[in-house]
Amino acid sequence: MAADSQATTPDAGRSGPKHGLRIFLVWIVLAIVADLLIGLVLAPHIPPGKMSSSAEDGQQAITVMALMSAPVMVFVLVYFTYALTVWRQRDGDEDDGPPIHGHAGIQTGWIVGTSVIVLALAAFGTVELIDSHGSGGGEGPVPIWKPAATVSLTSWRPGEAIQVQVIGQQWKFTYRYPQFGGFETTQLVIPEGQWVQFNVTSIDVIHSFWAYQLSVKADANPNVNNIAFTKPTQLGQFTVRCAELCGLWHGAMFDYGRVVTVPQFRAWTAATRVFMADVTPMLPAYATTYDPTVIPAFRSGPVMKKLGLVSAGGGYYPPQDPVQP
Amino acid sequence: MSLPVRVGTLLVAFLAVVGGAIFVVIHFFLAGPPVVDYTSGVAPGQAVNVVLQEDPQNQASNHPDWVSYFVQDPKTKQWVHTLVFKVPAGARVNMTILGYDGCTPLRNPFWGKVTGTIGNSATIDGKTVRALDSWKTCSVGHTFSIPSINLNVPMGSPTTVAENNNLCGTSPCTSGPHATMKFSFIAPKTPGSYLVQCRVPCGGGYVTGFGGPMQAIGFMTGQMEVAS
Repeated sequence: MAADSQATTPDAGRSGPKHGLRIFLVWIVLAIVADLLIGLVLAPHIPPGKMSSSAEDGQQAITVMALMSAPVMVFVLVYFTYALTVWRQRDGDEDDGPPIHGHAGIQTGWIVGTSVIVLALAAFGTVELIDSHGSGGGEGPVPIWKPAATVSLTSWRPGEAIQVQVIGQQWKFTYRYPQFGGFETTQLVIPEGQWVQFNVTSIDVIHSFWAYQLSVKADANPNVNNIAFTKPTQLGQFTVRCAELCGLWHGAMFDYGRVVTVPQFRAWTAATRVFMADVTPMLPAYATTYDPTVIPAFRSGPVMKKLGLVSAGGGYYPPQDPVQP
Repeated sequence: MSLPVRVGTLLVAFLAVVGGAIFVVIHFFLAGPPVVDYTSGVAPGQAVNVVLQEDPQNQASNHPDWVSYFVQDPKTKQWVHTLVFKVPAGARVNMTILGYDGCTPLRNPFWGKVTGTIGNSATIDGKTVRALDSWKTCSVGHTFSIPSINLNVPMGSPTTVAENNNLCGTSPCTSGPHATMKFSFIAPKTPGSYLVQCRVPCGGGYVTGFGGPMQAIGFMTGQMEVAS
């Protein structure tokens, strides 16, 4: 704005060259170069990649943001550099700078331009969230944006969303598959090309389920079912980390998941179901959340009842023993 | 006060502060529980026999009411208050764990499943088990878990009301009702420190039972150090 003001302000010492035009020309060239570099070179490598629908949407959103913000950043840098170079104080120059006057056109253009950018990004972000069914983020127990697919908790057919319950606990995620007999496992395996519904919860403190390459991230809160959706689009391995400081071994709370073909997924579920057959009946009935502080009466044996061990809450000792730090 | 005295006093005070800080760092932050070495004198390919016990309390620390593991020194056969031990990379590790603590339900019964051992099984007092129901039966005292190698073994406990009311009262325990667990696994080939933890909420009185001894290295959490 100052440059244009100066360009239109008669000033003996500084009004010669058309500063505004110069700055515009330099800016437009550099902005185009920056956007071309971002769009053609950087964009394919922007994390989290393209391993899932949500990852692709995330990468696309970040690319759009970068393409729109790069010209703004380039303008600031060009203007800053131009001002330092051209308008710096010369030796012996003790005069004040020229007065700056308002310019209704530039002010209006600035307000309109920035408003359009912000509103466009808001609209773009909202559409992206809706279009990608939450874009891999936790949507709470009643998701607004979910894929239109029939869901059964007792069986699964291709085309339906796979139900995977993510159970956070210090310091490991375990995964439960209610559509395949309700087994629980430490392995996260999902099929390519199928919608997956992650039902994320915790049985102790707050964790956060972060499947990095899938661009899925949902807080794991006790007594809350936090639902996130994604559709894996590439075979391979992805990293799962806890993204919420959850105790001494928070840093060790990570593992690796796998995206496999549908036949491989079916074979894996069948084998795991058999392998876990001896512990699956010991698990609580599948539910969206679990409360370990209460063990159902029918699940407690006589010795446990006599000993008063009818809770898995961890508070068995008298309150004064041990003393809280 | 003359200038040399002032400078000397300042120097001494500065050194005292630095020395104090170094002492605090070394004594409180860098000090850890002892490491019991199972690698010395072991030929390549030879199995090592690691012996542990878990007690309902310990008199070997300033937290006598915290449950804790102890590791037996292979040379002296003395019990060491720690849960840090060193094994050779790639070696077969034969574990014997004496469970002196009483039974407790797991927060997640899933951890009643034996995984990561040779044969995915263990023995309690000679009887082979693949899973224990810690909610229904008085059978699980703690777990011995090394998550990074998918090792999880529920530790047996005394099973009757009478036994659980007469647990060993002096640690390290040498008598009293207990269960003897045995299992084997192959140590990782990659040297490094591998987290060992318990999955029973045995930090009684702390949030979700996972504070106190559950987050104090040498009690119910520790490390298996794998040496090349």
